[in-house]
This record gives sequence, structure tokens and C-alpha cells, in this order.
Amino acid sequence: MEKIVKSFAKGLVVLIILAPLGLLAVGETFGEWSNEEIHEKLGFVPQGLERLSSLWVAPLADYAFPNDESQTGAITAYILSGILGVAICGGLLYYVGKKIAKN
Amino acid sequence: MHIPDGYLGPYTYTAFWIIMIPLWYYAGKRLSAELKSRQVPLLAMAAAFSFVIMMFNLPIPGGSTGHAVGGAIIAIVIGPWASVIAISVALVLQALMFGDGGITAIAANCFNMAVAMPFCAYYIYKFASGNSIITSSRRVIAAAVAGYISLAFAAALTGFEFGIQPLLHTGANGLPLYMPYPLSVAMPAMILEHVLAFGFVEAIVTALIFSYIQRTDTSILFGDESRANRNKSNEPATT
Repeated sequence: MEKIVKSFAKGLVVLIILAPLGLLAVGETFGEWSNEEIHEKLGFVPQGLERLSSLWVAPLADYAFPNDESQTGAITAYILSGILGVAICGGLLYYVGKKIAKN
Repeated sequence: MHIPDGYLGPYTYTAFWIIMIPLWYYAGKRLSAELKSRQVPLLAMAAAFSFVIMMFNLPIPGGSTGHAVGGAIIAIVIGPWASVIAISVALVLQALMFGDGGITAIAANCFNMAVAMPFCAYYIYKFASGNSIITSSRRVIAAAVAGYISLAFAAALTGFEFGIQPLLHTGANGLPLYMPYPLSVAMPAMILEHVLAFGFVEAIVTALIFSYIQRTDTSILFGDESRANRNKSNEPATT
């Protein structure tokens, strides 16, 4: 068991390092358009959509630093996001899991 | 597949919160009743893996992008109910901290990717595996098929949720209030992308990790049945 957990952990580290490859994919995702993109498509932004879309401002929206358009910034932010995501998801479930686990 | 805020109207997102709250509660109950100490690192890594695999955006012809979810291999390893918790944790963090998926849509996104997908994948894997031994290549195929179909299924659900918005919410001026595209556009768009492209990625990721587990340590796989099979399959090797 411990051995395979170690290799999975190594795999996660490799995935975090390679994550910026995900930045190479430029394009839109169906149903995840920005208000500007919707406006381009339809000529208007649906009222409810416009209202709700500004409900929440995420600190690292789109896995990027706010107001940093540089490529180095994008790559750094992406890797940092990966580290944060893995640390928070993994850490939280590890901590809670250990508390509730039997034997 | 992360629905942002504003694409689902209040009927839909509220309905998913009403569905998800008891599901989370029940999944949490099951987890605290069944989780063993040695499974804790796997549970933690499942959430981490799901988070990071979704960052690998892939481009497809036509200018669209998407990603795998990891929901199938997670369900096969930790079981579908634990997957609900693990993938939900990843999705909630993505929404709150990275704006990937909306706050109002957290429950809908969790239903699609953290409930529908792992359950679909787990039962396809079980059904397609039949009584084959745990190290058989049939199970690798079963895992791959489970990854492929479950991702397409989650995408179809997302497309359906998108597509019913114009039916549910149209303003006095006849314009849509939320997701503007109807079922006839949203369903094919979501399904085709995932059937023609991202489903294969999910299948390959699932098969690679599954066959790695087969070669290293099948005792981590979820379910007593597979554990019994493992013992059977190990017998000839040890004699």
C-alpha cells in the first residue's frame, strides 16, 4: 500500500509541473463564455446571466494572477494554482479522513 | 463542463442544491462509517488528482477546449460514494478560489461530475468486468469504457441543464434570461465534444492508471469482490 501511495504522490507532482501545458489550449469552452464573448455571439447579454455572472470574484480567477497578462505570470500562476489545489484538497481530506477513519 | 454563474436560472440551480445536500450528507455518513485509516491517503489524493487533471485543457478542432475529470478511475479505486466527497471538494475549491464553475452552480456541477459520473463509471466498470480476475486485460478495457461513457454522460447532463434554460426562463421581451441556447444546440455541442475528443482522454487516463494499479497493488481497489478475485488470481503465482 505505502509504495503505491508514494508513486501516486510522485505522479501528482509530475502533473503539477506539467499543468502549464493546459495553457496551450486557447479557445472557448461551450457554456463557459465571458459576457463579452456572449455579446459577440448574440448581440446582447441575457439579463439574468449578466446579473449572476458578477456574483463572485475569485481571488485567482481562471488560475491566473489578477492584472498580470505576461506569459511567465500565467505559467507561475498555473503551477501555483496546481500546488494550492493539490495541497488544499489533499490536506483537507487527509486531515478529516484521519479524524473519522476507523483503525 | 464547469457551469459558471448565470448560465442556470434559479429553478435549476436551487433544485440541484436540494438534490445535493442530502447526497453530500449521506456520502459523508457512509465515509465516516466505512473509511479505514489506510484508505485516507487515497481519498486525499483522489481529490487532489481530480483537481489537477481538470487543469489540463486540451484544444480540439473548431476552437473549443475541454478536459478529463478523472471521475472514473477515482470511482474504481475509492468507490462511488467516497468519490462524491473527493470530487466535490475539488469542485468547490475550483469554484471559490479559481472561479472555475459558478457559486450558484456548485451543486449542479457536483451532481454532474461528482455524482453522475463516478456512479455511471463504477457500474459500467463492474458490469463490463463481470467475473474476470482483477488483473485481467478485460478489466482494463472495462475501466477505459467506463471513463469514456461516464464523461460523455456527465457532458450530456450538463448539456441538458443548459438546454432547458430557454424553456424555463424567458424575459417579457422574449429574450432568454440565462443560458441562451436551447436543447437542440446545447445537447449536441456538449455530447459531441466529449464523445469525439475528451472521452478518449478520460478513457486513456483511466486505463493507464488502472493497469498501473494492476501491476503494483490491486489491494487498493474498491470492493470486497475484487479483493476476493485478487486472492484467487494470486494463488497460481505463489504455488
